[in-house]
Amino acid sequence: MPDKNKHNKTLAETPVVTAEKLEEKEYTILNLGPTHPATHGVFQNILKMDGEIIIDSEPTVGFIHRAFEKLAERRPYNQITPITDRLNYCSSPINNMGWHMTVEKLIEAKLPKRVEYMRIVIMELSRIADHLVCNSVIGVDAGALTGFVYVFEEREKIYEIFEEICGARLTTNIGRIGGFERDFPDAAWAKIHKFIAEFPKVLKEFEKLLVRNRIFMDRTIGAGSISAERALNYGFTGPNLRAAGVDYDVRVMNPYSSYEDFEFTIPVGTNGDTYDRFMVREEEIWQSFSIIKQAVEKIEKLPKGVFHADVPDFYLPPKEEVYNNMEALIYHFKIVMGETEIPKGEVYHAVEGGNGELGFYLVSDGGRTPYRLHFRRPCFICYQAYPEMIRGNLLSDAIVTMSSMNVIAGELDA
Amino acid sequence: MEEQELLTSVETKLRENFGDAIISAEVMRDFPVFTIKRDKIVEVIKYLYDEPEMEFRFLTDLCGIHFPDNKGKELGVIYHLHNMPKNWRIRLRIFFDLNDAVVPTLTTVFSAANWQERETYDFYGIVFKGHPNMKRIMNVDDMVGFPLRKEFPLEDQNREDKNDAMFGR
Amino acid sequence: MAEVVEKSNIELVSSPPGIEGPGFFATSLDKVIGIARANSIWPLPFATSCCGIEFMATMAAHYDMGRFGAERLSFSPRQADLLMVMGTIAKKMGPILKQVYTQMAEPRWVLSMGACASSGGIFDTYSVLQGIDRIIPVDVYVPGCPPRPEQVLDGIVKIQELIKNESIRRRSRPEYKDMLAKYGIE
Repeated sequence: MPDKNKHNKTLAETPVVTAEKLEEKEYTILNLGPTHPATHGVFQNILKMDGEIIIDSEPTVGFIHRAFEKLAERRPYNQITPITDRLNYCSSPINNMGWHMTVEKLIEAKLPKRVEYMRIVIMELSRIADHLVCNSVIGVDAGALTGFVYVFEEREKIYEIFEEICGARLTTNIGRIGGFERDFPDAAWAKIHKFIAEFPKVLKEFEKLLVRNRIFMDRTIGAGSISAERALNYGFTGPNLRAAGVDYDVRVMNPYSSYEDFEFTIPVGTNGDTYDRFMVREEEIWQSFSIIKQAVEKIEKLPKGVFHADVPDFYLPPKEEVYNNMEALIYHFKIVMGETEIPKGEVYHAVEGGNGELGFYLVSDGGRTPYRLHFRRPCFICYQAYPEMIRGNLLSDAIVTMSSMNVIAGELDA
Repeated sequence: MEEQELLTSVETKLRENFGDAIISAEVMRDFPVFTIKRDKIVEVIKYLYDEPEMEFRFLTDLCGIHFPDNKGKELGVIYHLHNMPKNWRIRLRIFFDLNDAVVPTLTTVFSAANWQERETYDFYGIVFKGHPNMKRIMNVDDMVGFPLRKEFPLEDQNREDKNDAMFGR
Repeated sequence: MAEVVEKSNIELVSSPPGIEGPGFFATSLDKVIGIARANSIWPLPFATSCCGIEFMATMAAHYDMGRFGAERLSFSPRQADLLMVMGTIAKKMGPILKQVYTQMAEPRWVLSMGACASSGGIFDTYSVLQGIDRIIPVDVYVPGCPPRPEQVLDGIVKIQELIKNESIRRRSRPEYKDMLAKYGIE
């Protein structure tokens, strides 16, 4: 008699998935990068995936290692500024000013208030530019290309302001040790006022596009989260740390360049995920904007015409004086030939860069070039945590996490 | 807290617990700087992490340095620590011989030290004992030599297109 | 500031020499293919560093590269015509650049944007490749650090001129194959 129930197995006969069976699972190895539309810069990740879920990843960096620290040992102090430009190139003025402040700490120079407020205007403009790139690119990676196009128009306005002052758009080499190379021309002030008048409307438009957008929130909430304890242990600083809940900002903790005269709040997130990082940066743009407005008002109250400190050993005298005045001629010669007296010592100075605490550790032995210059680069330190942040997430979350950490390849590899 | 007060308070605590592992303590510009013996460095940092009155729970920076003129103490590693709630910053330095460039790893205390120690190995050849992945990070894996040592040349010696005579070298 | 644009200073695109009639236009195949290729380039943005950000500004609305036909970026080398190398190429990245170049199908052109890609730039160091023409053949160099978007667009226009005037037999000629052999590319 044929067994009609041949295919109906009882519970006791159903095969059981044991731990040994799970071990036999095969994982897919996926190579993400170094050339990939979503990696913003060149870094590679080899992902071990179980279907779409990431089990582990192994990053490789160094594809754009340009030996900044070795190069800095060959160049005199004022020639190192163009190298610092290329660290976090989305916000080069912050790097430049950080370097100048480090040297000013070494030579113990004090700057007039007007110069420090002018520096703050430039640094906050470049912080806005950096956060605009990061936020619009998070949108692009999630599929929202419109925000990118609108936001880059605002970046063009910031570029025009930089161009009026120093001549360059992106890698600015702005400022000198002791202040600025020239006073801000009237055209620059006009553009700054125009920017102050027109920027809020565009930023509100960008926010309307993404901030309460259902699709964007579903993509980014919960993606790539990290707790505050792990973030601190990994050495996170800047918006990545503030999104995890720790309100650490170098401008408030160790104020430099008269930041203590300004009123601003530090936005802090709760979960440390991509949405929090996006929102922290968005709010920081508003805070930077308010600082710029305060700085412009304060500068208008100060006497005009002061744009550098009196550091004759480092600041080149104006050409008219060089040709007419013996003392200026001698200083010019000494600065260019490297005959000035540079104090010995070691100094560490940190500024709040676009991604966190950008530190400069300078060891000087009295020579024309630094003996050792080390850049404490926030992107390098926080990218270490990337494998831990994406464990258990989907591949698309990994992409959005990477772009929300704002890893700039120049700062990663230096 | 003023740097001198911070220096004395940290120094007293360290000397109580580690005695002569603390070689020197001084203020350089605005940082208290301690020079420690190499083999005790991880214990010192762990102590500064755990001790309730010290609580230096943030590793700001880790880098290497090379002084070819200090015979017997050519290579060094510099650590910057930060106590965020009280805003105290200190610097710790260790120095050791060129031919004995082994340092215990800090990754057990701070995960931030992982890549920074790899970078120090890549640039100076300092091996961190106990590191989970002691490989080069910035340069190509099969590179010979350690670039940031003073005797290593900056330019690539095999390049053909840069005429040294024209560049004043 | 509206300026009156006179008819005389607008340059219309001129058609290539050929025979024209009601409903047809006959010219040589070279020219037609040249026009088609030149006005619909699919670039592959190989952006490594700062020049990449200036490229993003060139693609954005202010300096729109899409007006030159290069609107659709292709990140896959198999579908791209123009390899735009933007930024410093380190020695670690060299083999990857060469692999991307060999994966591109003929006809392919290379634009080297920025001083670092053209000659190593300010980074005359042990880890930076002193110019991508050490490993792949380059058609147009755009100097600058970083070049202004207008310079990049000028480079694109020069590439368009090269493409328009290229013979369709060029890629199968032995001189071309010899040139590729010099770089070690089959």
